[in-house]
Amino acid sequence: MDLQTLLQQFVNALSLGSLYALLAIGYTMVYGVLRLINFAHGDVFMIGGYLAFYGVSLFAMPWWLAACLAVALTTLFGVGLERAAYRPLRDSPRISIMISAIGASFLIENLGIVLFDARPKAFAVPGPFAANHVIGGLHVAAVSLIIPVVTTVLLAILLWIVYRTKTGMAMRAVSTDIEAARLMAIDVDRIVSITFAIGSALAAIGGILWALKYPRLEPLMGIMPGLKCFIAAVVGGIGSIAGAVLGGLLLGVIELMTVAVLPGLTGYKDAFAFILLIAVLLVRPAGLLGKNQGEKV
Amino acid sequence: MDNPRKNPMSRNAALTLAASIAGLGLLFVFEATFDPFTMQIFKLCAINVILALSLNLINGFTGLFSLGHAGFMAVGAYTCAILAMTPAQKTANFILQPIVPWLADVHLPFLPALLIAGLFAGFIGWLLGVVALRLRDDYLAIATLGFSEIIRVVLTNAQPITNGSLGLKGLPRYTTMWWAWGAAIAVTVFLVLLIRSSYGRAFKSIRDNEIAAEAMGIDVFGMKVLSFTISSFLAGIAGGLLAHYLTTIDPKQFIFLKTFDILLIVVLGGVGSITGSIVAAIAVTLSMEVLRFLDGPLNLGFMVTQGIPGLRMVFFSALLMIVVIFRQQGLMGTSEFSWDALARIGLLPRRGAKPGTGIE
Repeated sequence: MDLQTLLQQFVNALSLGSLYALLAIGYTMVYGVLRLINFAHGDVFMIGGYLAFYGVSLFAMPWWLAACLAVALTTLFGVGLERAAYRPLRDSPRISIMISAIGASFLIENLGIVLFDARPKAFAVPGPFAANHVIGGLHVAAVSLIIPVVTTVLLAILLWIVYRTKTGMAMRAVSTDIEAARLMAIDVDRIVSITFAIGSALAAIGGILWALKYPRLEPLMGIMPGLKCFIAAVVGGIGSIAGAVLGGLLLGVIELMTVAVLPGLTGYKDAFAFILLIAVLLVRPAGLLGKNQGEKV
Repeated sequence: MDNPRKNPMSRNAALTLAASIAGLGLLFVFEATFDPFTMQIFKLCAINVILALSLNLINGFTGLFSLGHAGFMAVGAYTCAILAMTPAQKTANFILQPIVPWLADVHLPFLPALLIAGLFAGFIGWLLGVVALRLRDDYLAIATLGFSEIIRVVLTNAQPITNGSLGLKGLPRYTTMWWAWGAAIAVTVFLVLLIRSSYGRAFKSIRDNEIAAEAMGIDVFGMKVLSFTISSFLAGIAGGLLAHYLTTIDPKQFIFLKTFDILLIVVLGGVGSITGSIVAAIAVTLSMEVLRFLDGPLNLGFMVTQGIPGLRMVFFSALLMIVVIFRQQGLMGTSEFSWDALARIGLLPRRGAKPGTGIE
């Protein structure tokens, strides 16, 4: 294989990895504060894509307005989800909360099938994103360039919030020790809501970008990316934003590059993430950038 | 000694015997009265009973949150189907690429095929268990879930062995009423005995407090692996029965949403109750059929809706959420059915015992 194809695949891998990173951040943040796998995160991502679709197709909005509204509504949805499905179980055994998360995911998917129809919908990609550029002999879809840029900007904003604002400090405090944070007069419920809001907003943006890259919407489209991104978060070290980004990028590169180098493995593409997960958990359970915390007895 | 409970077992044993005969008679009556379609539903009840019990063994009794059940079912279903198909059926099925030579002429009767399917699923479960049971809680859940997806991807791609995404069609309809319920009853008896044995107590002690269990000298890791292996064995058996019940299998049937269906049954019945799992398996399977009308056009009196496919599953997932949030113990919690409990709530005559004499 020549360098050209390799580079071509690398550009694709970078944009896929950036999308994974956007979703993985949501998992890692929620896991950081609540120690909960938000199984429904992938479905929040799906909702984001659908809302943007309906904004454009049903209400004939310009694409930027539809996208902003979709992100805003999905954020509300994510916060509502936490209120309804997770907050009542905050003090229950972890298995109950996990079953609740699975149930929520199941419910959203089935509601999606009822409300949005199980048949896939074609997402109309607006002009500026549909263009194809030729850069140094590489054919690059505009959206593949936009995705990493958007991700970088969002990541910068996120890091600023988490490390430079008071709210971010509270978030870090809650994720270190929820009880101690409460004693320090931090409103834990508010911080959890904000965490869900940020995670859902990123998931919605991820969903819209995903729909631009793969313009086909299905009610179950969130399951696979959702699972893979949780894996990306675990691989990078759950609870760490940098880890989630690293895990997401790594997963995107591994998926596309392995297939590019060994085309015989194309059918097994979806299994890579899970094999990577099991390997990382066995060798370095805390993830690549995670801190190894001993089990508290 | 004037003990009012001088012979308590005999009454319970007699009741159990009577109930078994009544149940057996009921199966005969069902077989004679109902049409084949209704019988299919009753068979599915039995298969779901086995699935729910096997998931409850690992999730409810051992306290390990595993989401890999669809994978073990798939292993069992495929193993059983490939072993039990005639060479002619294999040739007819494998049109893209012939089946690998060492499997082409294998043709076993149903029972050995089913047992090998269970054993193979159990073996895979053991392999995964040794690797994944070092993980805890949610990591274990995601690793087992990932594993079941890997199985599905392998089944889709290993065309010379599994016929890939085309699946296997025209399997012999071996799973009769007697096979299905026979297996369900055998599994129930086995699990009741297992849970009451020292192994069962070890499992429950791991669920209740792993560190305390270890301090009591229980081989925690070994017991976890054992429970996981038994659970996958049973899931494999259920998968084999399912394959010869549906007569058509393909990898898409075993997506992990299938595990959620079983989890729904276990949670509704009560995590850690055999009785609950059995009752919920039958109730959920029957209501899945009864509520099929939800997917079709509805007449609400003032308006007639179009058919809404999927509404039935919305109902079940909403039910799951409501149960998890408002009644976490499900139908039975961790309690079990017993004749004495029936006596206590007044459905059976008391055995002359004064209240509070410790009827357990």
